[in-house]
Amino acid sequence: MKYQNVVTSQKSAVHLPKMSESEDCTAETGPEAAPAATEDLAVAEEKKKIDILLKAVGDTPIMKTKKWSVERSRTIQALVQFIKKFLKLDSTDQLFIYVNQSFAPSPDQEVGTLFECFGSDGKLVLHYCKSQAWG
Amino acid sequence: MADDKDVLRDVWFGRIPTCFTLYQEEVTEREADPYYLLLPRVSYLTLVTDKVKKHFQKVMKPEDIGEMWFEYEGTPLKWHYPIGLLFDLHASHTALPWSITVHFKDFPEKDLLHCPSNSVIEAHFMSSIKEADALKHKGQVINEMQKKDHKQLWMGLQNDKFDQFWAINRKLMEYPAEEGGFRYIPFRIYQTVSERPFIQKLFRPITAEGQPHTLIDLLKEVSPFAVSQGGGEKKYQVVIHGIEPMLETPVQWLSEHLSYPDNFLHISVIPISTD
Repeated sequence: MKYQNVVTSQKSAVHLPKMSESEDCTAETGPEAAPAATEDLAVAEEKKKIDILLKAVGDTPIMKTKKWSVERSRTIQALVQFIKKFLKLDSTDQLFIYVNQSFAPSPDQEVGTLFECFGSDGKLVLHYCKSQAWG
Repeated sequence: MADDKDVLRDVWFGRIPTCFTLYQEEVTEREADPYYLLLPRVSYLTLVTDKVKKHFQKVMKPEDIGEMWFEYEGTPLKWHYPIGLLFDLHASHTALPWSITVHFKDFPEKDLLHCPSNSVIEAHFMSSIKEADALKHKGQVINEMQKKDHKQLWMGLQNDKFDQFWAINRKLMEYPAEEGGFRYIPFRIYQTVSERPFIQKLFRPITAEGQPHTLIDLLKEVSPFAVSQGGGEKKYQVVIHGIEPMLETPVQWLSEHLSYPDNFLHISVIPISTD
Protein backbone atom coordinates (compact mmCIF):
# COMPACT_ATOMS: atom_id res chain seq x y z
CA MET A 1 0.00 0.00 0.00
CA LYS A 2 1.87 2.98 -1.31
CA TYR A 3 -0.42 5.69 -0.14
CA GLN A 4 -1.17 4.75 3.44
CA ASN A 5 0.45 7.69 5.10
CA VAL A 6 -1.04 10.45 3.00
CA VAL A 7 -2.25 13.56 4.77
CA THR A 8 -4.41 11.99 7.42
CA SER A 9 -4.86 15.35 9.05
CA GLN A 10 -7.24 16.41 6.29
CA LYS A 11 -10.62 16.17 7.93
CA SER A 12 -12.95 16.76 5.08
CA ALA A 13 -12.89 17.13 1.37
CA VAL A 14 -13.49 20.47 -0.24
CA HIS A 15 -15.77 20.61 -3.20
CA LEU A 16 -14.50 21.76 -6.49
CA PRO A 17 -16.57 24.62 -7.85
CA LYS A 18 -18.00 24.23 -11.29
CA MET A 19 -15.45 25.92 -13.49
CA SER A 20 -17.78 26.23 -16.42
CA GLU A 21 -20.20 28.39 -14.51
CA SER A 22 -17.89 30.44 -12.41
CA GLU A 23 -14.64 32.25 -12.86
CA ASP A 24 -14.08 32.15 -9.15
CA CYS A 25 -11.96 29.24 -8.06
CA THR A 26 -11.71 29.79 -4.34
CA ALA A 27 -12.51 26.70 -2.35
CA GLU A 28 -15.88 26.38 -0.72
CA THR A 29 -16.41 24.40 2.43
CA GLY A 30 -17.97 21.01 1.96
CA PRO A 31 -21.41 19.78 3.00
CA GLU A 32 -19.91 18.45 6.20
CA ALA A 33 -20.30 22.02 7.44
CA ALA A 34 -23.90 22.17 6.26
CA PRO A 35 -26.91 21.21 8.42
CA ALA A 36 -27.49 17.49 8.68
CA ALA A 37 -30.98 17.71 7.25
CA THR A 38 -29.95 16.86 3.75
CA GLU A 39 -32.49 16.01 1.11
CA ASP A 40 -32.52 12.81 -0.91
CA LEU A 41 -31.47 14.73 -3.96
CA ALA A 42 -28.37 16.00 -2.25
CA VAL A 43 -27.53 12.49 -1.10
CA ALA A 44 -27.87 11.16 -4.64
CA GLU A 45 -25.69 14.00 -5.86
CA GLU A 46 -23.08 13.11 -3.27
CA LYS A 47 -22.85 9.58 -4.58
CA LYS A 48 -21.78 10.94 -7.93
CA LYS A 49 -18.78 12.55 -6.30
CA ILE A 50 -15.46 11.03 -5.44
CA ASP A 51 -12.56 12.19 -3.29
CA ILE A 52 -9.30 13.05 -4.93
CA LEU A 53 -6.02 13.92 -3.28
CA LEU A 54 -3.80 16.31 -5.21
CA LYS A 55 -0.06 16.16 -4.60
CA ALA A 56 2.55 18.42 -6.13
CA VAL A 57 5.72 17.04 -7.68
CA GLY A 58 9.11 18.75 -7.77
CA ASP A 59 9.05 22.53 -7.74
CA THR A 60 5.38 22.79 -8.68
CA PRO A 61 3.54 24.87 -6.07
CA ILE A 62 1.52 22.90 -3.54
CA MET A 63 -2.16 23.51 -2.93
CA LYS A 64 -3.11 24.29 0.66
CA THR A 65 -6.23 22.24 0.19
CA LYS A 66 -5.22 18.83 -1.02
CA LYS A 67 -8.38 16.83 -0.76
CA TRP A 68 -11.24 17.65 -3.08
CA SER A 69 -14.62 16.22 -3.79
CA VAL A 70 -15.25 16.01 -7.50
CA GLU A 71 -18.05 14.82 -9.78
CA ARG A 72 -17.23 11.49 -11.36
CA SER A 73 -17.80 12.83 -14.83
CA ARG A 74 -15.23 15.59 -14.48
CA THR A 75 -12.43 15.16 -16.99
CA ILE A 76 -8.69 15.38 -16.46
CA GLN A 77 -8.68 18.41 -18.74
CA ALA A 78 -11.18 20.24 -16.51
CA LEU A 79 -9.11 19.30 -13.48
CA VAL A 80 -5.96 20.68 -15.10
CA GLN A 81 -7.74 23.96 -15.80
CA PHE A 82 -8.92 24.11 -12.22
CA ILE A 83 -5.49 23.51 -10.74
CA LYS A 84 -3.93 26.10 -13.04
CA LYS A 85 -6.46 28.70 -11.93
CA PHE A 86 -6.06 27.74 -8.31
CA LEU A 87 -2.28 28.12 -8.50
CA LYS A 88 -2.68 31.23 -10.64
CA LEU A 89 -0.61 29.70 -13.40
CA ASP A 90 -0.74 31.08 -16.88
CA SER A 91 -3.32 29.33 -19.03
CA THR A 92 -0.56 28.54 -21.53
CA ASP A 93 1.57 26.85 -18.86
CA GLN A 94 1.74 23.11 -19.11
CA LEU A 95 0.47 20.98 -16.28
CA PHE A 96 0.73 17.20 -16.19
CA ILE A 97 -1.38 14.91 -14.07
CA TYR A 98 -0.24 11.43 -13.14
CA VAL A 99 -1.92 8.35 -11.71
CA ASN A 100 0.10 5.85 -9.62
CA GLN A 101 3.13 8.10 -10.19
CA SER A 102 3.44 6.42 -13.55
CA PHE A 103 1.03 7.31 -16.34
CA ALA A 104 -0.65 10.48 -17.54
CA PRO A 105 -4.31 9.79 -18.36
CA SER A 106 -5.56 11.42 -21.54
CA PRO A 107 -7.26 14.80 -21.00
CA ASP A 108 -10.73 13.52 -21.89
CA GLN A 109 -10.61 10.69 -19.34
CA GLU A 110 -13.16 10.94 -16.50
CA VAL A 111 -11.89 10.96 -12.92
CA GLY A 112 -14.69 8.56 -11.93
CA THR A 113 -13.29 5.86 -14.20
CA LEU A 114 -9.78 6.40 -12.85
CA PHE A 115 -11.13 6.26 -9.31
CA GLU A 116 -12.76 2.89 -9.96
CA CYS A 117 -9.60 1.38 -11.40
CA PHE A 118 -6.87 3.12 -9.42
CA GLY A 119 -8.50 4.52 -6.31
CA SER A 120 -7.42 3.21 -2.92
CA ASP A 121 -8.73 3.78 0.59
CA GLY A 122 -11.75 5.56 -0.86
CA LYS A 123 -9.83 8.18 -2.77
CA LEU A 124 -7.89 8.75 -5.96
CA VAL A 125 -4.36 10.11 -5.53
CA LEU A 126 -3.22 12.33 -8.40
CA HIS A 127 0.18 13.94 -8.75
CA TYR A 128 0.48 17.16 -10.69
CA CYS A 129 3.58 18.71 -12.15
CA LYS A 130 4.57 21.62 -14.37
CA SER A 131 7.00 19.48 -16.30
CA GLN A 132 6.93 15.85 -17.34
CA ALA A 133 7.68 13.95 -14.16
CA TRP A 134 7.34 10.37 -15.31
CA GLY A 135 8.29 9.44 -18.87
CA MET B 1 -5.01 -25.74 -36.96
CA ALA B 2 -3.78 -22.22 -37.22
CA ASP B 3 -1.45 -21.10 -34.48
CA ASP B 4 -2.85 -18.53 -32.07
CA LYS B 5 0.23 -16.47 -32.87
CA ASP B 6 -1.11 -15.97 -36.40
CA VAL B 7 -3.94 -13.96 -34.85
CA LEU B 8 -1.44 -11.34 -33.69
CA ARG B 9 -0.20 -10.93 -37.23
CA ASP B 10 -3.72 -10.72 -38.65
CA VAL B 11 -4.67 -8.07 -36.11
CA TRP B 12 -1.51 -6.06 -36.74
CA PHE B 13 -1.87 -6.04 -40.51
CA GLY B 14 -5.58 -5.21 -40.56
CA ARG B 15 -6.22 -2.39 -43.05
CA ILE B 16 -9.18 -0.16 -43.87
CA PRO B 17 -9.42 1.25 -47.40
CA THR B 18 -10.16 4.92 -46.96
CA CYS B 19 -11.01 7.84 -49.21
CA PHE B 20 -10.05 11.27 -47.88
CA THR B 21 -11.99 14.23 -49.26
CA LEU B 22 -11.36 17.87 -48.50
CA TYR B 23 -14.23 19.61 -46.72
CA GLN B 24 -16.19 21.53 -49.33
CA GLU B 25 -15.91 24.86 -47.54
CA GLU B 26 -12.14 24.84 -47.30
CA VAL B 27 -10.63 27.57 -49.46
CA THR B 28 -8.53 26.12 -52.29
CA GLU B 29 -6.78 27.56 -55.30
CA ARG B 30 -7.87 24.68 -57.49
CA GLU B 31 -10.00 21.62 -57.03
CA ALA B 32 -8.59 18.94 -54.74
CA ASP B 33 -8.77 15.30 -55.82
CA PRO B 34 -9.70 12.78 -53.17
CA TYR B 35 -6.82 10.82 -51.66
CA TYR B 36 -6.91 7.06 -51.15
CA LEU B 37 -5.02 5.23 -48.43
CA LEU B 38 -5.01 1.84 -46.70
CA LEU B 39 -5.16 2.75 -43.03
CA PRO B 40 -3.60 0.37 -40.47
CA ARG B 41 -6.27 -0.48 -37.92
CA VAL B 42 -3.86 -0.52 -34.98
CA SER B 43 -2.34 2.91 -35.65
CA TYR B 44 -3.51 6.49 -35.13
CA LEU B 45 -4.98 8.84 -37.72
CA THR B 46 -2.50 11.65 -37.21
CA LEU B 47 0.42 9.20 -37.37
CA VAL B 48 -0.36 7.85 -40.83
CA THR B 49 -1.78 10.83 -42.70
CA ASP B 50 1.29 12.95 -43.55
CA LYS B 51 0.65 12.16 -47.21
CA VAL B 52 -2.97 13.26 -46.91
CA LYS B 53 -1.87 16.54 -45.41
CA LYS B 54 0.71 17.17 -48.13
CA HIS B 55 -1.76 16.22 -50.85
CA PHE B 56 -4.38 18.77 -49.82
CA GLN B 57 -1.99 21.51 -48.79
CA LYS B 58 -0.70 21.60 -52.36
CA VAL B 59 -3.93 23.29 -53.44
CA MET B 60 -4.23 25.62 -50.45
CA LYS B 61 -2.69 28.92 -49.43
CA PRO B 62 -0.56 28.77 -46.26
CA GLU B 63 -2.85 31.29 -44.52
CA ASP B 64 -5.84 28.95 -44.95
CA ILE B 65 -4.10 26.01 -43.32
CA GLY B 66 -4.76 25.38 -39.65
CA GLU B 67 -4.34 22.12 -37.73
CA MET B 68 -5.67 19.20 -39.75
CA TRP B 69 -8.57 17.21 -38.33
CA PHE B 70 -10.91 14.51 -39.59
CA GLU B 71 -14.61 13.96 -39.57
CA TYR B 72 -16.95 11.15 -40.61
CA GLU B 73 -20.61 11.98 -41.26
CA GLY B 74 -20.52 14.93 -38.89
CA THR B 75 -18.58 13.18 -36.12
CA PRO B 76 -15.09 14.56 -35.45
CA LEU B 77 -12.69 11.59 -35.27
CA LYS B 78 -10.51 11.41 -32.16
CA TRP B 79 -6.91 10.84 -33.22
CA HIS B 80 -6.09 9.39 -29.81
CA TYR B 81 -8.42 6.44 -30.42
CA PRO B 82 -6.92 3.68 -32.60
CA ILE B 83 -8.15 3.81 -36.21
CA GLY B 84 -9.81 0.38 -36.04
CA LEU B 85 -11.83 1.48 -33.02
CA LEU B 86 -12.99 4.65 -34.79
CA PHE B 87 -14.14 2.61 -37.75
CA ASP B 88 -15.92 -0.06 -35.68
CA LEU B 89 -17.60 2.55 -33.52
CA HIS B 90 -18.72 5.07 -36.11
CA ALA B 91 -18.59 3.46 -39.53
CA SER B 92 -18.97 -0.31 -39.31
CA HIS B 93 -22.13 -0.23 -41.45
CA THR B 94 -20.60 1.88 -44.19
CA ALA B 95 -19.64 0.69 -47.66
CA LEU B 96 -15.92 0.71 -48.35
CA PRO B 97 -13.85 2.72 -48.91
CA TRP B 98 -14.46 4.60 -45.69
CA SER B 99 -15.12 8.19 -46.61
CA ILE B 100 -13.36 10.63 -44.27
CA THR B 101 -13.63 14.41 -44.59
CA VAL B 102 -10.48 16.47 -44.04
CA HIS B 103 -10.61 19.88 -42.35
CA PHE B 104 -7.99 22.60 -41.91
CA LYS B 105 -10.03 25.16 -39.99
CA ASP B 106 -12.66 25.45 -37.21
CA PHE B 107 -10.88 22.89 -35.02
CA PRO B 108 -13.54 21.39 -32.72
CA GLU B 109 -11.86 22.17 -29.39
CA LYS B 110 -14.68 20.55 -27.45
CA ASP B 111 -14.43 17.19 -29.17
CA LEU B 112 -10.80 16.70 -30.12
CA LEU B 113 -7.39 16.93 -28.52
CA HIS B 114 -4.70 18.87 -30.33
CA CYS B 115 -1.95 16.88 -31.96
CA PRO B 116 0.89 19.28 -32.76
CA SER B 117 3.52 16.55 -33.30
CA ASN B 118 4.19 12.83 -33.27
CA SER B 119 5.71 13.16 -29.80
CA VAL B 120 2.19 13.87 -28.51
CA ILE B 121 1.00 10.60 -30.04
CA GLU B 122 4.01 8.81 -28.55
CA ALA B 123 3.28 10.19 -25.07
CA HIS B 124 -0.36 9.15 -25.33
CA PHE B 125 0.56 5.68 -26.60
CA MET B 126 3.16 5.04 -23.90
CA SER B 127 0.83 6.31 -21.21
CA SER B 128 -1.85 3.86 -22.34
CA ILE B 129 0.63 0.99 -22.21
CA LYS B 130 1.65 2.03 -18.68
CA GLU B 131 -1.96 2.24 -17.59
CA ALA B 132 -2.62 -1.21 -19.05
CA ASP B 133 0.40 -2.64 -17.28
CA ALA B 134 -0.71 -1.05 -14.02
CA LEU B 135 -3.84 -3.18 -14.37
CA LYS B 136 -2.08 -6.33 -15.60
CA HIS B 137 1.05 -6.44 -13.45
CA LYS B 138 0.83 -3.44 -11.09
CA GLY B 139 3.09 -1.71 -13.59
CA GLN B 140 6.04 -3.95 -12.72
CA VAL B 141 6.78 -5.21 -16.22
CA ILE B 142 6.79 -1.84 -17.95
CA ASN B 143 8.75 -0.24 -15.11
CA GLU B 144 11.45 -2.91 -15.25
CA MET B 145 11.98 -2.30 -18.94
CA GLN B 146 14.70 -0.02 -20.19
CA LYS B 147 14.13 3.24 -21.99
CA LYS B 148 15.21 1.63 -25.26
CA ASP B 149 12.54 -1.06 -24.87
CA HIS B 150 9.88 1.64 -24.49
CA LYS B 151 11.28 3.30 -27.59
CA GLN B 152 11.17 0.01 -29.46
CA LEU B 153 7.46 -0.41 -28.73
CA TRP B 154 6.78 3.05 -30.14
CA MET B 155 9.10 2.70 -33.13
CA GLY B 156 7.54 -0.66 -33.92
CA LEU B 157 4.13 0.96 -34.12
CA GLN B 158 5.30 4.08 -35.90
CA ASN B 159 7.19 2.14 -38.58
CA ASP B 160 4.69 -0.71 -38.80
CA LYS B 161 7.30 -3.28 -37.73
CA PHE B 162 5.43 -6.24 -36.30
CA ASP B 163 8.50 -8.21 -35.14
CA GLN B 164 10.17 -5.17 -33.60
CA PHE B 165 7.03 -4.36 -31.59
CA TRP B 166 6.24 -7.89 -30.49
CA ALA B 167 9.82 -8.69 -29.42
CA ILE B 168 9.12 -6.33 -26.50
CA ASN B 169 5.35 -6.49 -26.25
CA ARG B 170 5.36 -10.24 -25.54
CA LYS B 171 6.88 -9.44 -22.12
CA LEU B 172 3.82 -7.33 -21.35
CA MET B 173 1.65 -10.35 -22.18
CA GLU B 174 3.29 -12.73 -19.71
CA TYR B 175 1.85 -13.73 -16.34
CA PRO B 176 2.69 -16.17 -13.55
CA ALA B 177 1.42 -19.62 -14.58
CA GLU B 178 -0.08 -20.27 -11.15
CA GLU B 179 -2.32 -17.23 -11.48
CA GLY B 180 -3.79 -18.22 -14.82
CA GLY B 181 -3.88 -14.69 -16.17
CA PHE B 182 -3.30 -11.01 -15.61
CA ARG B 183 -4.30 -9.28 -12.39
CA TYR B 184 -6.98 -7.32 -14.20
CA ILE B 185 -7.91 -7.16 -17.89
CA PRO B 186 -7.27 -3.75 -19.49
CA PHE B 187 -10.40 -3.09 -21.51
CA ARG B 188 -12.59 -0.22 -22.59
CA ILE B 189 -16.14 -0.56 -23.80
CA TYR B 190 -17.45 2.15 -26.11
CA GLN B 191 -21.10 2.76 -26.83
CA THR B 192 -22.25 5.36 -29.31
CA VAL B 193 -25.50 5.65 -27.38
CA SER B 194 -23.73 6.72 -24.20
CA GLU B 195 -22.72 10.17 -23.00
CA ARG B 196 -19.66 8.74 -21.32
CA PRO B 197 -16.59 8.26 -23.48
CA PHE B 198 -16.14 4.65 -22.39
CA ILE B 199 -16.55 2.18 -19.56
CA GLN B 200 -13.47 0.87 -17.81
CA LYS B 201 -13.55 -1.15 -14.60
CA LEU B 202 -11.52 -3.67 -12.68
CA PHE B 203 -12.25 -7.11 -14.09
CA ARG B 204 -10.34 -10.27 -13.32
CA PRO B 205 -9.68 -12.92 -15.97
CA ILE B 206 -10.50 -15.74 -13.56
CA THR B 207 -13.53 -16.28 -11.32
CA ALA B 208 -13.20 -16.81 -7.58
CA GLU B 209 -13.68 -20.55 -8.31
CA GLY B 210 -10.76 -20.54 -10.74
CA GLN B 211 -12.82 -20.67 -13.94
CA PRO B 212 -11.97 -18.36 -16.85
CA HIS B 213 -14.17 -15.31 -17.24
CA THR B 214 -15.57 -15.01 -20.75
CA LEU B 215 -16.55 -12.06 -22.91
CA ILE B 216 -20.19 -12.54 -21.97
CA ASP B 217 -19.30 -12.46 -18.26
CA LEU B 218 -17.55 -9.16 -18.83
CA LEU B 219 -20.44 -7.67 -20.79
CA LYS B 220 -23.03 -8.85 -18.26
CA GLU B 221 -21.12 -7.12 -15.53
CA VAL B 222 -20.24 -3.81 -17.14
CA SER B 223 -22.59 -3.37 -20.10
CA PRO B 224 -25.58 -5.65 -19.49
CA PHE B 225 -27.82 -4.08 -22.14
CA ALA B 226 -25.33 -5.11 -24.83
CA VAL B 227 -26.20 -8.76 -24.31
CA SER B 228 -29.84 -8.35 -23.26
CA GLN B 229 -32.21 -10.18 -25.56
CA GLY B 230 -35.36 -8.09 -25.84
CA GLY B 231 -37.92 -10.32 -27.60
CA GLY B 232 -35.22 -12.87 -28.38
CA GLU B 233 -33.58 -10.66 -30.96
CA LYS B 234 -30.05 -9.48 -30.80
CA LYS B 235 -30.01 -5.69 -30.59
CA TYR B 236 -26.31 -4.97 -30.39
CA GLN B 237 -23.14 -6.17 -32.01
CA VAL B 238 -20.04 -6.54 -29.87
CA VAL B 239 -17.10 -5.80 -32.13
CA ILE B 240 -13.30 -5.94 -31.76
CA HIS B 241 -11.10 -5.38 -34.82
CA GLY B 242 -14.11 -5.54 -37.09
CA ILE B 243 -15.21 -8.99 -35.97
CA GLU B 244 -17.70 -10.29 -33.44
CA PRO B 245 -15.73 -12.66 -31.21
CA MET B 246 -17.66 -15.59 -29.76
CA LEU B 247 -19.11 -14.48 -26.45
CA GLU B 248 -17.76 -17.66 -24.83
CA THR B 249 -14.16 -16.59 -25.53
CA PRO B 250 -12.12 -16.24 -22.31
CA VAL B 251 -11.21 -12.58 -21.71
CA GLN B 252 -7.63 -13.56 -20.91
CA TRP B 253 -7.24 -14.97 -24.44
CA LEU B 254 -8.84 -11.86 -25.89
CA SER B 255 -6.51 -9.64 -23.92
CA GLU B 256 -3.43 -11.50 -25.15
CA HIS B 257 -4.49 -11.72 -28.79
CA LEU B 258 -6.97 -8.98 -29.64
CA SER B 259 -5.59 -6.06 -27.64
CA TYR B 260 -4.44 -3.06 -29.61
CA PRO B 261 -0.74 -2.13 -29.40
CA ASP B 262 -1.64 0.16 -26.48
CA ASN B 263 -2.40 -3.10 -24.62
CA PHE B 264 -6.11 -2.33 -24.18
CA LEU B 265 -9.01 -4.33 -25.54
CA HIS B 266 -11.15 -1.69 -27.26
CA ILE B 267 -14.63 -3.13 -27.51
CA SER B 268 -17.39 -1.42 -29.50
CA VAL B 269 -21.04 -2.01 -28.73
CA ILE B 270 -23.00 -1.07 -31.83
CA PRO B 271 -26.77 -0.99 -32.24
CA ILE B 272 -27.95 -3.26 -35.05
CA SER B 273 -29.78 -1.13 -37.58
CA THR B 274 -33.29 -2.41 -38.17
CA ASP B 275 -33.60 -1.41 -41.80
